[in-house]
Amino acid sequence: MGNLYGSASFMEHNTHPDYKYEMDAPTHTHDGINPSCGDELTLSLRIEDGVIAEAAFTGHGCAISQASADIMAELITDETVAEAKRLSGLFLGMIRGEELSEEDFEDLDEAAQLKDISHMPARVKCAELAWRTLDGML
Amino acid sequence: MIDTENVTCDTCTAPSEFVFDASDEASRGWPRVDIELNPFKGDFPLLAEHPDIAFLDSGATAQRPACVLEAQKRFYETMNANPLRGLYSLSVEATEAIAHVRAQIAELIGAVDERGRARASEVVFCRNTSEALNIVAKGFAPHVLEPGDEVVISIMEHHSNLIPWQQVCRETGASLVYLYPTPTGQITDEEITAKIGPKTKIVSCGHVSNVLGVENPIAKLAAAAHANGAYMVVDAAQSVPHMALDVDDLGADFLAFSAHKALGPMGVGVLWGRMELLDMTDPVYTGGEMIDSVTEQGATWAPVPEKFEAGTQDAAGIYATGVALDYLVNKVGYETISERERALVHYTMGRMAELPFIDIVGSIYWDRHHGAISFNIRGIHPHDVASIMDMDGVCIRAGHHCAQPLLTWLQVENLACCRASIAFYNDKYDIDRFIDSLNHVWSVFHG
Repeated sequence: MGNLYGSASFMEHNTHPDYKYEMDAPTHTHDGINPSCGDELTLSLRIEDGVIAEAAFTGHGCAISQASADIMAELITDETVAEAKRLSGLFLGMIRGEELSEEDFEDLDEAAQLKDISHMPARVKCAELAWRTLDGML
Repeated sequence: MIDTENVTCDTCTAPSEFVFDASDEASRGWPRVDIELNPFKGDFPLLAEHPDIAFLDSGATAQRPACVLEAQKRFYETMNANPLRGLYSLSVEATEAIAHVRAQIAELIGAVDERGRARASEVVFCRNTSEALNIVAKGFAPHVLEPGDEVVISIMEHHSNLIPWQQVCRETGASLVYLYPTPTGQITDEEITAKIGPKTKIVSCGHVSNVLGVENPIAKLAAAAHANGAYMVVDAAQSVPHMALDVDDLGADFLAFSAHKALGPMGVGVLWGRMELLDMTDPVYTGGEMIDSVTEQGATWAPVPEKFEAGTQDAAGIYATGVALDYLVNKVGYETISERERALVHYTMGRMAELPFIDIVGSIYWDRHHGAISFNIRGIHPHDVASIMDMDGVCIRAGHHCAQPLLTWLQVENLACCRASIAFYNDKYDIDRFIDSLNHVWSVFHG
């Protein structure tokens, strides 16, 4: 946890999220909510020929939910739907404390930083919100 | 700066142009207590053994002094037997221990007869405040509510004093009516007159708000309720740890609180009610020990309070609750508690007022806060605040505080806020660490 709030790159995703905007013509949108936190998120995707050409989100929530959403949108952009599904599966597994291989961590790239959330049960839902929303959508 | 828009309130004693000045101690009657000294921390093993923790979440649950932990152990070591059932002396001892605590609680809350003797049988043991209020809502309220009647509660209620009333209103066809305070948390006389009337059958209100920390005008609410033939229910979960109370002065017909917020064990709650009302209240749980006689097809109930206490009670917990309340009231004393907590809250809010990024939720006047100070750090989600403060060893609560309708009504962003809640065993060192940590949170987000 200490690393997360102390990580400039992670905090940058919260303060200046590149993927937080209203998408013009999404092919898919889905809402995610954490009722106990008040976090609300709408995830929009533009899927063309089985590839996520554009990913964006809107909403509000804590730094962890926002940064996690931004990192995810960056990660899945230009990936196939199948790969995005695999990545969200990896991420949700990591958050729940499953062992991941070196390669898996590399595939998750910046999202791998959120690994330590598994030690902070109260914040797991925050980190998962965008990924659960994606999972429910694909 | 403090959100001055919310400063005006019609019942504050200070003039509306009052400028909050942390150094202006005399004008608001600052109690002169040396908060650097702490004669109490050593009584609390968790605090004594973990000087790295600044515990500012006593509104959620208090810490326990060693005497309470020892009492729990002593019960099992020296008088363990099932109370009420056994005919041997160990069981009798356990039964007497519980009877003693019943009388002690009756005296504590002023439930005494003309000669000053405790009306002990009006004290019902249960698990917590929620359960106590459920007994009133489910066992008593259906006897007095008809379709079209009104139950009046305040928007400040903890869910435990809110959801049971929603349910009983749905079941009986009564309406749930809300008292709304001023933005700083004062329930005005006008609001009381507007909401409590001939249709009102029950008024139920928290004595002290767990979010705003404000003391509600229970005696006025009770007077209005009684003038209309209604009953007054008091949720005293957040007041018993901080202030002396008397059910007659309050005008209460029922009163509920939890042991664990008043230094006692978790899992012991108290419901007090006037005997004639408890008599007409149905038991919510049935089974062991709550009966008079049982046949194949029916049963008659034991007298109050046993008819509400189905199954084996947490006898050790009840015994330890007696020790906890004795420590609270006789060893420390409400006067000391009040003086010390007032001084701590004054210091805390004065230091918070110096921080330009803090918004207080509720009144900015320190003397409106009985233990609880809710706030937000501008632009930072309360959960992030609590997580970062946790790294500094500062325990605060963040979230909706089991008061979602209040946070919705206050239009608090994210429907969440932070809360520091103070007890007499805190000291200046805890508060300084809290303030340092607030600055740390701000710097994490703003360099």
